[in-house]
Amino acid sequence: MTMNDRLLRVVVPALVLGGVVLGCGQSVRAAQIPHYILPAPSRILATLVEHFPSLAVSWWFTIKITFGALLLAAAGGVLLATVFALSRSVELALFPLAIVLQVTPIVAIAPLILIYVESTTAALLICAWIVAFFPILSNTVIGLRAADPNLRDLFRLYRATPWQRLRWLMVPSALPYFIAGLKISGGLALIGAVVAEFAAGAAGRETGLASRILEASFRTDIPRMYAALLLVALTGVAIFVLFNLLSRWLLGRWHASESGDR
Amino acid sequence: MSLAISLTTVDKRFANGVQALTRISLDVAPGAFVALLGPSGCGKTTVLRLVAGLEQPSGGTLALGAARPTLSYVFQEPTLMPWASVADNVALPLRIARLPAAEIGARVTPALAAVGLERFAASLPAELSGGMKMRASIARALVTRPDALLMDEPFAALDEITRQRLNGDLLALWQAQRFTALFVTHSVFEAVFLAQRVIVMSPRPGRIVADIAVDAPYPRANDWRLDGRYQALCRAASAALEAGFAGVADATTAAA
Repeated sequence: MTMNDRLLRVVVPALVLGGVVLGCGQSVRAAQIPHYILPAPSRILATLVEHFPSLAVSWWFTIKITFGALLLAAAGGVLLATVFALSRSVELALFPLAIVLQVTPIVAIAPLILIYVESTTAALLICAWIVAFFPILSNTVIGLRAADPNLRDLFRLYRATPWQRLRWLMVPSALPYFIAGLKISGGLALIGAVVAEFAAGAAGRETGLASRILEASFRTDIPRMYAALLLVALTGVAIFVLFNLLSRWLLGRWHASESGDR
Repeated sequence: MSLAISLTTVDKRFANGVQALTRISLDVAPGAFVALLGPSGCGKTTVLRLVAGLEQPSGGTLALGAARPTLSYVFQEPTLMPWASVADNVALPLRIARLPAAEIGARVTPALAAVGLERFAASLPAELSGGMKMRASIARALVTRPDALLMDEPFAALDEITRQRLNGDLLALWQAQRFTALFVTHSVFEAVFLAQRVIVMSPRPGRIVADIAVDAPYPRANDWRLDGRYQALCRAASAALEAGFAGVADATTAAA
């Protein structure tokens, strides 16, 4: 990476972000908007520090739901994609169901799930899973079919077993597609976890950041809403960065998506 | 070790109705080097795929001189696994055959040395040049010590200099190991340089229009390219190609 490149990638976005935050603070002060309507960034930060102990508990809960759902989505998506890749008829039978789950808005399904599933934690996990599941499934299905036809012929010529073909050809070919799905699903799992909790409207100790936002809004405690929101956004950014690093680590040396200048 | 290949009035019609081959009869002696020469789309590749067992003939018979021969196939592209090192790519056929790890190591190293890639065992395909990738592909094909090596325009995508060097290296490997070689090409010059026999095919539906014996001793070096007989044979092969086209034109006129 050249010096110029680094400047463009790190310094410029940081400057823009800092400028937006500072500009926001200045305009809030200049326009004398009361802090209970639009708090300045400094006040949001102060609120975050003040309430961090209680917010951290909720934050951890949201993180657990997000990554739990993502883990289940990855496991389920890969498992189902493998079955689809092996059997065309199973794919034709089950893919429409997966699409129905995908296109139905999660806010609309969440109340039903909350009725049927006794444990709120389990219900939240299911909601986040439904949202995160589809990109991993559809991408992995495409990936498992994306193996080079000549390489496939080569495996046939050498009389490879189905297991050898899966392990040495189809899985590595599918990996870039799976990673791309994981990047999408990471963000979606967080959205699913937060949206489902809004639908649940749960209160108490075992609740996440969405419940803190709801609580704060009932008390019109706007700075605290922003503080919780900030943590949600930070989590989303962290997930994005994490999966980009994972992608680079796994694909960096051989796949076109992670090599060369972009 | 080397395999006899025999096709008798083989037809191939694909599911989409395309007639790729009509009445192909060809006997290849064990250990022979035979080139299949023809324009693109004439069914040369289909002949290779039939011999490899990747396609089944629609008519006629295909007989191989062994029940379960060891076949290797080199594609027009290097067809390496991009995520695996050169050594792992070359080891693939042996891993599929479940050879013990020690034996795999003992075979991969000389196979890489035979194509001059011993220093690149740990490299990934993306780090190699086009010619080196093709060398790795040939090493993978030869690591199983095949009875027959089927090559589908393996050097077509390479520059002329690299191509001539690889032609020479291929002949050296063939002389050392004496597998039966079936080499598909659309280059008259490459066919006559390499093969003992040049089978000329017509455009689709593919038929054999000429069977030219190249009666020159091996080892053949670059001076064979300057030999008067080489040039005469190239002229004969070109004329046969032209005649193949004319035959199709006649048939079309007759049909119309």
